Amino acid sequence: MPIYSEKVMEHFMHPRNVGEIENPDGVGNVGNPVCGDMMSFYIKVKDNRLEDVKFKTFGCGAAIAVSSIVSEMAIGRTLDEARNITAQLVADELEGLPKNKFHCSNLGAEALNNAIDDYLEKKKKQGGEE
Amino acid sequence: MRQVYLDNAATTPLLPEIADEMMPYLGKYFANPSCLHDWGDAPREAMENARLQVANLIGARSEEIIFTGSGTESNNFAIKGLAMARQAKGKHVVVSAIEHFSVLHSAKTLEKWGFEVTLVPVDGQGLVDPDAVRQSLRPDTVLVSIMHANSEVGTIQPIAEIARITRENNVLFHTDAVATAGTIPVDVTGLGVDALSLAASQFYGPKGAGALWLKKGVRIMPLLDGGVQEGGRRAGTEDVPAIVGLGKAAQLAAGSLTDRLNRLTSLRDRLLAELPAKIEHVIVTGVALPAQHRLPGHASFCVEFIEGESMLMLLNIQGVAVASGSACTSRALKASHVLIAMGLSHELAQGSILFTLGIDNNHEDVDYVLEVMPPAVDRLRQMSPLYAKFTRTGKGGG
Repeated sequence: MPIYSEKVMEHFMHPRNVGEIENPDGVGNVGNPVCGDMMSFYIKVKDNRLEDVKFKTFGCGAAIAVSSIVSEMAIGRTLDEARNITAQLVADELEGLPKNKFHCSNLGAEALNNAIDDYLEKKKKQGGEE
Repeated sequence: MRQVYLDNAATTPLLPEIADEMMPYLGKYFANPSCLHDWGDAPREAMENARLQVANLIGARSEEIIFTGSGTESNNFAIKGLAMARQAKGKHVVVSAIEHFSVLHSAKTLEKWGFEVTLVPVDGQGLVDPDAVRQSLRPDTVLVSIMHANSEVGTIQPIAEIARITRENNVLFHTDAVATAGTIPVDVTGLGVDALSLAASQFYGPKGAGALWLKKGVRIMPLLDGGVQEGGRRAGTEDVPAIVGLGKAAQLAAGSLTDRLNRLTSLRDRLLAELPAKIEHVIVTGVALPAQHRLPGHASFCVEFIEGESMLMLLNIQGVAVASGSACTSRALKASHVLIAMGLSHELAQGSILFTLGIDNNHEDVDYVLEVMPPAVDRLRQMSPLYAKFTRTGKGGG
């Protein structure tokens, strides 16, 4: 399938960090079945760092590879560093994505961002209660 | 590793004896069949022989066969050419919602040219209701086009019944028989149509070779203007090797139709029965067993909770070549218009997978698919948020 780079194929065949986190600190969802790709990212945060990231993805080969590499790029980063992971960086890290897949399948960075938002919002609420 | 080609709806392999038949026309019989000198004789005779072979396949007369460059060209020619030749009578055309894009997009072009188009719906099995065609007809309807069979879900339409309605109403009827000609019996008189498209690339002939059968006396506006090839209806020097290949493919198909049909049907029925038995939450798309109104080599499914392209990729790695109607596999990134017209949800349509068998396939190929498919599905489901939701809540299954 030469439409995908070797790196995409490698991550598609051996995706890292598949799964869910029990009692996650944040969850981020993106996509819908009409476009064909849906991602759920789960994060565990410790001392402002992403201690663990897991994902579940419904979608094409590109979507699965994107999810895998985003999880790998994110683990161990501070939240601010993780915010700097963009769709372009993800595509570069995967040695390129087919043009028509760049927007629809490259949702991993957005899902991760949503999970971080979710974490910060929860934290804010808890802070308010204290 | 075992290599199993199950994408015969995309195209069939070229049979070696057909390639052999074509070779001289790429070599010493290169001449233009329109030429009057001796060099033109052999290509011209070969072309007329091919015309007869194609006519024999569909129960037609050879002067009614117009060679084209593809099934797509035949469909464009029929839709635009027949409608335009009748625009003085009216500017309304009827097609089904699940036609091939070469028909649907031609109809769209007609709209730009001032025609109105009615799309006839299909039911959950992809069948057109002849009564719906009857109800769509208007005094200004000039053309109806309904495909003989759909290559995505394999459904064979009640063409003869629809033809009775178009005849009663004096409306021309074209059928796209690209998926059926050379695969199941196709007889233009029995079907009762006025025009029919076919293509060699679907029955072991070469690409670039199609034909439009046009009933004697039916007028058509040419798409290509130029010389008087094909009776002035399709200008341009003929692709003689491709035409010879089409003719040979037609001859071979006519001689072995029943054998091929029985063989493909037995393989198909195993897939239709055993795949949903082996994998939970798999539905058959199109006509399920006993699958009478279904193409003999055609088994199509939707696998819930996962997406077609990733399934296709995992099977490809195992040496199995298949197709999918998911959004991700289409260049336009839209889910199959056929599955959506049949009322499937987008979620389900994304899990589309399509096995189209050919005469080279055997029971070991089916065994192999049944062996490699369940772990591929399981693997993707373990990654799927939709499956996780389903196992948690018991909801989301269809």
